[in-house]
Amino acid sequence: MNVIETEDLSFVYGKGTPFEKVANDKLNIQIKQGEFIGIIGHTGSGKSTLVQMLNGLIKPTSGVVRLNGVDIWQVPKEIRKVRFNVGLVFQYPEYQLFEETVAKDIAFGPKNMGLDDEEIKRRINTSARFTGLKPELLSKSPFDLSGGEKRRAAIAGVIAMDPDVLILDEPTAGLDPAGRDVLLAQISQYHKERKNTVLLVSHSMEDIAKIADRILVMNNGRAAMFDETQKIFSRGDELEKMGLRVPQITKIMSMLRDRGYSLPSGVLTVEQAANELQVLLDKQ
Amino acid sequence: MEEFIKVENVYFNYMSDEGDEQEPLSYNNVLNNISLNIVKGEFIALLGHNGCGKSTMAKLLNAMLLPTDGKVIVNGIDTSDEQHRYDIRKTVGLVLQNPDNQLVASIVEEDVAFGPENLGIDPKEIRRRVDEALKAVDMYEYRCHAPYKLSGGQKQRVAIAGMIAMEPQCLVLDEPTAMLDPKGRDEVMNTIKRLNKEKGITIVLITHYMDEAVQANRVVVMDSGQILTQGSPHEVFSNVELLKRHRLDVPQATELMYRLRGRGFASERMPLDADECVEMLDSMLKQGKGI
Repeated sequence: MNVIETEDLSFVYGKGTPFEKVANDKLNIQIKQGEFIGIIGHTGSGKSTLVQMLNGLIKPTSGVVRLNGVDIWQVPKEIRKVRFNVGLVFQYPEYQLFEETVAKDIAFGPKNMGLDDEEIKRRINTSARFTGLKPELLSKSPFDLSGGEKRRAAIAGVIAMDPDVLILDEPTAGLDPAGRDVLLAQISQYHKERKNTVLLVSHSMEDIAKIADRILVMNNGRAAMFDETQKIFSRGDELEKMGLRVPQITKIMSMLRDRGYSLPSGVLTVEQAANELQVLLDKQ
Repeated sequence: MEEFIKVENVYFNYMSDEGDEQEPLSYNNVLNNISLNIVKGEFIALLGHNGCGKSTMAKLLNAMLLPTDGKVIVNGIDTSDEQHRYDIRKTVGLVLQNPDNQLVASIVEEDVAFGPENLGIDPKEIRRRVDEALKAVDMYEYRCHAPYKLSGGQKQRVAIAGMIAMEPQCLVLDEPTAMLDPKGRDEVMNTIKRLNKEKGITIVLITHYMDEAVQANRVVVMDSGQILTQGSPHEVFSNVELLKRHRLDVPQATELMYRLRGRGFASERMPLDADECVEMLDSMLKQGKGI
């Protein structure tokens, strides 16, 4: 079952003006329930426009977005429901915190959904657990938290709406390496437990390689590739031409392959590379 | 070597009105008796986890902040000397993470001219400096464009040009590539390296990307407002355990060799990038085959 499906989805900024710019050009994408999708592409390739159309923040110039088989703009007045169902965490979400306490901030979404107090409380606790926010932080002002904690609080606010699809735009930008790894592990754990669909936009090929089942590569407003992670990173030369890269470990292994060693293409993690090399070294 | 910037026993704490008995103010020292000498023409990478005091350090180097205790000396001038503050800001330029927060004008060349104009420089000289600065970051052909239409990497290079036009001897860059895509990151890194090599501009680069840090001459690792370790990239990144303990990372090339070493395969040293790693693995594999 496709949770998200787009048909000839296009978006044009400033249509009919001299500044007209096609941001998305006839995208046809299918995403299955429960998938973990990575989205990569150069600045201005159309990633942000796409995710904003997927949760109904902007309306397509032409084409259709279907959520669980239904055109999300079929009844325009109901679009708020789509936004509850497709949660979008923007870049640097910590700038969007505004409430008196972290708990109130997380409760903002569920409250707008019209949930009762008990359910809201339950959701605050679950989403705080998923994002690794310590319970004692919930009564603090969001502005007293550290940068990393603020970001977790903002993500918790979206998770609290319990969306079927969670979209995160560069969730690890600006975090230190350990903070980045922990946050990614938490997102991955959330995905496994909740079994929902996650879309992760990132400029870090290493992060995407570690976590995504499939990758959508955006280039100049089009879906240039959409395939399994390992297959995408086997196409290093094409990615390079689009201003993208493969993870360093993938590059090392493909350079060794070019020198005639029998190693697989599209190696994604250091662990996997070490295993493959151990086999070769042990043979000696 | 010529002495250039000296950080001497510096302490720093941000003013807080919330100090209480459990957490007295002295506990909040962002910098804790830190000392660092920077030589002219060096390229230093400054690493450390979020909150370790890197950005505070950056702002101390051009008198955006003044030490609570201790001294920062730039070209023989104490940064707390108010009369010479402009000289210090001219000498040390600061580039921040988000290019959108640093561009002020609606045309690229006007933006680059903003700094020199404020220094009261002769218009002819401004013209020369703007052209030269834009050429130095490879953005000359975009001089009449609007900044908002540029890509992130291009904007960041314009921000760097704005600093270059002030003809600084040192550039301090605080995570200049954090918001950029892979190509934008390469563009900015290549620009930084070229300015260092060709113009002899001293570089202090703060980054969370280890593959950028390995390109410096010296890597300084900070933790809790102090220097944890420093040395050449090879020296610092060979100490994989220490870095990981302090919330940092090593390049994947180094990590791979580290793991192979853990499995009993000896390597004489730790590689820092893909090319070096491939050469080492190639020779390890060949040795085994008896070639």
